[in-house]
Amino acid sequence: MPQRTPLAEWHENNRGRMVDFAGWSMPVQYSSIVSEHLGTRKGAGVFDVSHMGRVFVEGNQATKWLDSMLTRQVVDLPVCRARYTLITGVAGEEDDLHLAGAPVILDDALVTRLADQKDGSQRFVLVVNASNRQRVVRWLQARLPSEGVTLNDTTESSAMIAVQGPLVFGHTTEDVFAGPLGSVFVKKVLEQLAALPNYGVLETELSGEPVLVSRTGYTGEDGVEIILGSSQAIGLWKSLVEEGAAIPCGLGSRDTLRLEAAMPLYGHELCENTDPFSAGLGFAVNIDGRDFPGAEEIRKRRSSSGRCRIGLVFESRRAARSGDQVIVSENGTDSICGEITSGSFSPTCERGIALAVVDRAVAEQECELEVQVRGVRLPVERVSLPFYRRPRHD
Amino acid sequence: MEKSRRYAKSHEWARLEDDGAVTVGISAYAVEALTDLVFMQLPDVGTTVTAGESFGEIESVKAVSDLYAPISGTVVAANTDLPSQLETLGSDPYGSGWVIRVQPDSVEQLDALMDQEAYDKLTGGE
Repeated sequence: MPQRTPLAEWHENNRGRMVDFAGWSMPVQYSSIVSEHLGTRKGAGVFDVSHMGRVFVEGNQATKWLDSMLTRQVVDLPVCRARYTLITGVAGEEDDLHLAGAPVILDDALVTRLADQKDGSQRFVLVVNASNRQRVVRWLQARLPSEGVTLNDTTESSAMIAVQGPLVFGHTTEDVFAGPLGSVFVKKVLEQLAALPNYGVLETELSGEPVLVSRTGYTGEDGVEIILGSSQAIGLWKSLVEEGAAIPCGLGSRDTLRLEAAMPLYGHELCENTDPFSAGLGFAVNIDGRDFPGAEEIRKRRSSSGRCRIGLVFESRRAARSGDQVIVSENGTDSICGEITSGSFSPTCERGIALAVVDRAVAEQECELEVQVRGVRLPVERVSLPFYRRPRHD
Repeated sequence: MEKSRRYAKSHEWARLEDDGAVTVGISAYAVEALTDLVFMQLPDVGTTVTAGESFGEIESVKAVSDLYAPISGTVVAANTDLPSQLETLGSDPYGSGWVIRVQPDSVEQLDALMDQEAYDKLTGGE
C-alpha cells in the first residue's frame, strides 16, 4: 500500500486522480492539467508536496559536516536562507546502496539553514526527492560523525504545501493580504513573508504550532513552500482553497510548470551518473577548494564536459518525451547529437517544448535540429531557457 | 444488421453502418480518463489496419497512447477535422468525434468485441 499524506483523504473526496508516485498515493490532477497549470500562472495554485523528504540536521558540528557532504557550500549559507545543492555518494564497504561508479549523484535537494539553538548548535533542513529519500537518509546516516550531528527524517510526521502564483505576493507589499496566504497567517507574519527575498525562509507559528515558510518553489512563479505538522495540514489546505481561492493542483501541472521554468527533475535532467556541468547544473557544484564525496572525479568531469543543456520548441502541440533522439543535419549528413531529457505540451507556449542534452559543438553553432519522435522527425527551434519567466515588477 | 456499438478492451468503439463500413472512435470513458488531449495522428485513407494493432496515436499532456484497430480492413475515411478540434472527442464521442471509417475484411470480427453491457461492466458503469 502506498503511503498517504495528511491530505490524501481530501484529494480523494475532491476528484483527485490518485496514482502511486514514489511510494506515495498522490493526485495527478483534480480537473485538468492545463487548467491547473494556467490557474497557477494567472492566479494561485496550491500543491500537496508532502511526499518530498524533510530531513533535519542539527548539532554543534552540523555546518561543518554538511559542508563536507554537499556539492554546494554550506559554511557561508546565512541563517534563514535556502540553497539548491546536489548530494553525491561514493561506493564504500559499509554500504549496501549499490553505488555503481564513483561518484554517484544521489539526489538534488534544497538545504536551508535555520536559526542556531541557544547553545550554539546549528540547524538545517534538507528537502529531498521522495524517490531518493530512503537512500539519501541511509547514506548520510552512515557518515554521521560520532558526535556533534544528529539526523531526523520527519517526512512521515509532517506535511508540506506549496502555494505558487502571481496572486500569492502580487506587485506591492500590501497584496499579500488579499492573496491566499491572507486567509492563513496573521498580519505581522504576512508582512514578514512579503519582505522575504527569494530563497529566504521564515520560522514562524500557525495556531501556536511551529511552521517553516520558504520563498521557494518549483513552478517558476513567486510563492512559498510551507512545512508544518501533519495535524495542521488539512486546516491550512482548506483555508487556502476555500477562503484563499487557491486552485488545487496535482503532480501533472507541477511537472509542466517546472518544465516551462526549466527546473531539473531527478530521473530526467540528472541521474546517478549525470555530469552536472553538462546538465546545466554547474552552479550547484562549488568545487574550488572544497571537498565532498566524489569531488575529485567531478572536478575531472568539469574539464572534460562535452555536452550541454538546451531548450527546444516544436512547431506543433506534439511533444517529444524523455529519451527521444536529437538529430543534427550538417552538409547533408544526419547524425544523432543528443537526447531529450524532459518534454511535454506547454500550456503557456501552446506548443511542445523539451529540454535536451546535446554535444557542445552542436550547441555552440547555428544548426538545423530535428527530434525523432515516435518514428517521425519533427523540426525544432532552439530557444533560450527558461521557456517561461515570470514578469518582474520592480 | 444491428447498429449498436461494440467495444475493444483498449477502449475503441466500432459501429457497422448501412453501407457496410465500420465507424471507429474512442469511448467516452477513455476520453475522460485521458484528459488534456493535445495531439492526434490519423492514418491516411487507403491504409490497411489490423485488428489489435496500432492505427494512430493520441497524445495528452501526460502521455502518448496508441489507437488500436478494433477490426481489420482498409481505411475509407478519416475525420481530418478532429486533430484541430480534439474537444469534439469529449463532447460527442459517438457522433462528430468519430475517428476513422474502415471497410472491414470480415464483419464477423465485430462479434469478438464487447457489447455495451460487457463494456459498462469493464469500466465500472451501470
